[in-house]
Amino acid sequence: MGNKQTTFTEEQLEAYQDCTYFTRKEILRLHGRFRELAPHLVPLDYTNNPDIKVPLSLIVTMPELKENPFRERIVETFSEDGLGNLSFNDFVDMFSALCEASPRELKTIYAFKIYDFNRDSFICKEDLEKTLNRLTKGELTAEEVALVCDKAIEEADLDGDSKLSFADFENMISKAPDFLSNFHVRI
Amino acid sequence: MAGNFDLNQPLVGAGLESPADEEGVHVSFNQLIAEQCQAGERLDGFELQQLDEESRDYVAELGSGFESSGRGLYDIESDDDGRQTDPLVSVPWSSATMKILSSMPSRTIGRSRGAILSQYYNKTLQLRRRSQSRPSIRDFSHSSRPSIRGYGMEVDVIDGPQSEMEKSERLVNNLQNLSMGDRMKMLRGMPLSVVEKKELRRKTLQRDKPLTSSSKIPCCSQLKYYIIIAVRHSWYSWLSFLHSLQLWQFLLKRVGGRFGTGVLSYFLFLKTLLFFNVFLFLVTFLFLVLPQAMHPPELPEERRNFTGLDLISGAGHFTDTLMYYGYYSNFTLRRSCAGQHNTSASSAPDCLSKRLSYNMSLAYFFTIGMSFFITCIILVYSMSKSFGRSFRIDKSYSILAMKVFSSWDFKVIKKSSVELMSENNCTQLKEILAEVVQKKEKTGPCQALWRLMVHGLAWAICIGATAGCVISVYFFSEFMHKDLQRTARLANTNPLLKEASLLALPALVSLLNLLLPGLFNLAAWMEEYHSPSVRTYVALGRNLMLKVSVLAVLCYHWLGRVAAKPSDINLVCWETFVGQELYRFLIMDFIFTLLNTLFGELLWRLFSQRVLGRGRKPAFDIARNVLDLIYAQTLAWIGVLFSPLLPAVQILKLLLLFYVKVSSVMMNCQAPRKPYRVSQMTTIFITLLCFPSFLGASVCVTYTMWSIPPSTSCGPFRHLGTMFQAGKRWVQELEKNNPDLSVVAKVHAYLVENPFFLFVGAGIFLIVIYFYSQVVDGQRKVIALLQEHIEKEGVDKKYLITQLQSVHERKKGISRRLRSQDSGC
Repeated sequence: MGNKQTTFTEEQLEAYQDCTYFTRKEILRLHGRFRELAPHLVPLDYTNNPDIKVPLSLIVTMPELKENPFRERIVETFSEDGLGNLSFNDFVDMFSALCEASPRELKTIYAFKIYDFNRDSFICKEDLEKTLNRLTKGELTAEEVALVCDKAIEEADLDGDSKLSFADFENMISKAPDFLSNFHVRI
Repeated sequence: MAGNFDLNQPLVGAGLESPADEEGVHVSFNQLIAEQCQAGERLDGFELQQLDEESRDYVAELGSGFESSGRGLYDIESDDDGRQTDPLVSVPWSSATMKILSSMPSRTIGRSRGAILSQYYNKTLQLRRRSQSRPSIRDFSHSSRPSIRGYGMEVDVIDGPQSEMEKSERLVNNLQNLSMGDRMKMLRGMPLSVVEKKELRRKTLQRDKPLTSSSKIPCCSQLKYYIIIAVRHSWYSWLSFLHSLQLWQFLLKRVGGRFGTGVLSYFLFLKTLLFFNVFLFLVTFLFLVLPQAMHPPELPEERRNFTGLDLISGAGHFTDTLMYYGYYSNFTLRRSCAGQHNTSASSAPDCLSKRLSYNMSLAYFFTIGMSFFITCIILVYSMSKSFGRSFRIDKSYSILAMKVFSSWDFKVIKKSSVELMSENNCTQLKEILAEVVQKKEKTGPCQALWRLMVHGLAWAICIGATAGCVISVYFFSEFMHKDLQRTARLANTNPLLKEASLLALPALVSLLNLLLPGLFNLAAWMEEYHSPSVRTYVALGRNLMLKVSVLAVLCYHWLGRVAAKPSDINLVCWETFVGQELYRFLIMDFIFTLLNTLFGELLWRLFSQRVLGRGRKPAFDIARNVLDLIYAQTLAWIGVLFSPLLPAVQILKLLLLFYVKVSSVMMNCQAPRKPYRVSQMTTIFITLLCFPSFLGASVCVTYTMWSIPPSTSCGPFRHLGTMFQAGKRWVQELEKNNPDLSVVAKVHAYLVENPFFLFVGAGIFLIVIYFYSQVVDGQRKVIALLQEHIEKEGVDKKYLITQLQSVHERKKGISRRLRSQDSGC
């Protein structure tokens, strides 16, 4: 067990281990990855909790996120200010929520937040349309998109308000067996 | 519900419009609507403040988002041109309505910190009370949002008077009283940011400390605290160690990034099999190989030299080594008896001390039995977990919505694969849309008959081919057996030639395993299937049928022919021979797989690209490769009894296979174009590993142990009637030595040897299964009821919102009239 690292104190590492799904080694590796994004910005020594945020434009260059159509939404969801600037805590939080050990409930909550583009706590038709366009990269015609959105809302909306509240979303996702394995980013 | 609204206005007598005048208004909302009525102007000022606080709420967009698709009961107002308009769409909402809407519990999910804290307070409270994981109907509150899960997302209530501080204090209090494991699970699962979680954790730990530093605490609970800390540290170090051993992590990430979760599941399955084999190897190594290696028996004189062919045939030099059953002795190894190498029966009374005795035959029997038992438990456990994750008890009808939200594989990182994936998604969405929107075309009877005929023909071909294979293997094995008998009778035979001829049967079987799936693919190509998943299942079924029948014939050949009369082919030790056969089969299978991967896939790619002119590389056939893995694992499981080092061979084989397959996939293949339901397929593979594969292997091994007499001159079970008698003898000896333990012998006699017990056990098992299936049926009904409930609540909500709006409109109308009157005067 190499105790020779000086990036974090032991207490900090234990706190991270208790609050996320990562082990000590993975947290140190994550710090390395975080630093790679902006070496001049991110210090090597995190023992006094510096408040450094890496901007959205740098984070979406990570290979794990670069080709993901929802990359900006993912980073915005986990950022404090809602604009996508992540501190190291947010960075760890993001990958912990998306990791393999993360439970279904947590992933469902964050998936809902990610797909809720206008952040009104509902997935309305516009949110769905945006999701669909990003999924298919504009290959569907506008009518098909509208049709898919209408049908999807019809299928999943249980309380009849023509948009998906969290309960509707959760109910629908709980029946999707592939959700857990697909909503997973390996870091 | 009225108490949940954070209205600060005092209750003044209902002024202008009393909703009591209107019909159908629930009496408990009177207060709310009345206050809305008469405090309209004053509210405006408050609203701006309130709305500012929830800065992420894009309130302006709310009004436009409420389009109805004809679902609710209230869009009956129709225009002149017959179009139905929803009253909720026609007018912009009043800010009062919007204020109330924005503070509705459903909108605060995951956003408001206070809501999360109170929700998790309830969760931890329930955990502390150790409530059941399955909720009863009684536990559902009468509020508007019952949840199917026990802990529920329902209570996202904003308790007005309680501040966030108080809520977080209560939560910390609860967290502190939970056990360590529960506490960590709760903390990790909270949808709060890491900073807030660390803060909660710090407060919880802070509260822990003063308790233990007080000297009034008795030392046993202090000890308990230290033990907990020590256990936690060791658990973290063990986890770190496991993760540092993370086998192939980067390779798997590359494969997943390029091919997606489907192809990745094959490699993960390979990894799982590797762990099973490592476990088996460790057990046999520690308990069988090591003790025997420390006390080598006397070897027969004719020990042949090592030749290269021995690696493939497993015979020759390897015959009398630790590798096979024949090498193992049946004596009880005693350490204190120096210079005594007994090869006779175990009851040698010369040695006085019996402390360090190690009864080899008993050890062999129990090791094999225990390792199979533990493997069974692990398999059943992982199978049930996999089932739980992938199969839902409710019939899923929301296919389109599920497709939109859960079809993007976040693991894929390569650009070309991402483009391919979005193309696939597009195609699938179009297909589903076509199915959903249009009616299915009715196929005429001629079409249906034609399709039936085609299916029948394909199945006939497949079954015929399988039967042909089975018969050929049967007759060929009989021919080889007779050939062996003939050469046994002859005096001078070339041993190398004999070994080479033994390789013929494994080569034939491997060849058939290679060629026939291609034939099945051809047969499937001419059929049309309704859905791609049916096609996959049919292909799996046909391949499975082939492999199961071939294995059955081989088992008959080994256990029925070879083991029955080993003297026919001059065998001193038939178990060693069977072990060698299994080794040969494994090695041949591996060689043919390597050849197929290296040359077959490469050649197919070149062929399809150059000759057929297809732009794309061929797809990786996941189902067929997984079945090959399962077949090899079955052979390994059957062979453990006869060759304790076979798991080591399997481990080496799997390691090599992994690297070969990864390179081949990267070079020659691309991700499958057809939709591949990963979690269902993973469940099916684990089920196939458990049921035909492991069950068949254990039936074989049990049959061997129970009824086939072992060889009389080799192995740890010589001089016994059946292998099973090792256990019986031990119990009898125990009884002889300690009369107190006679109850154990009696239990053994009644339970293990009596078949009646097995019937009773099986009967109880079936009853339990039936009971659980009834419970699942009942839960299905509960789910249907709750969904109806949710729909009705939605209707209620819509009604209330329209009422609020209409009341506000009326009030605004009246106040405008008043103002115009004032100005007019």
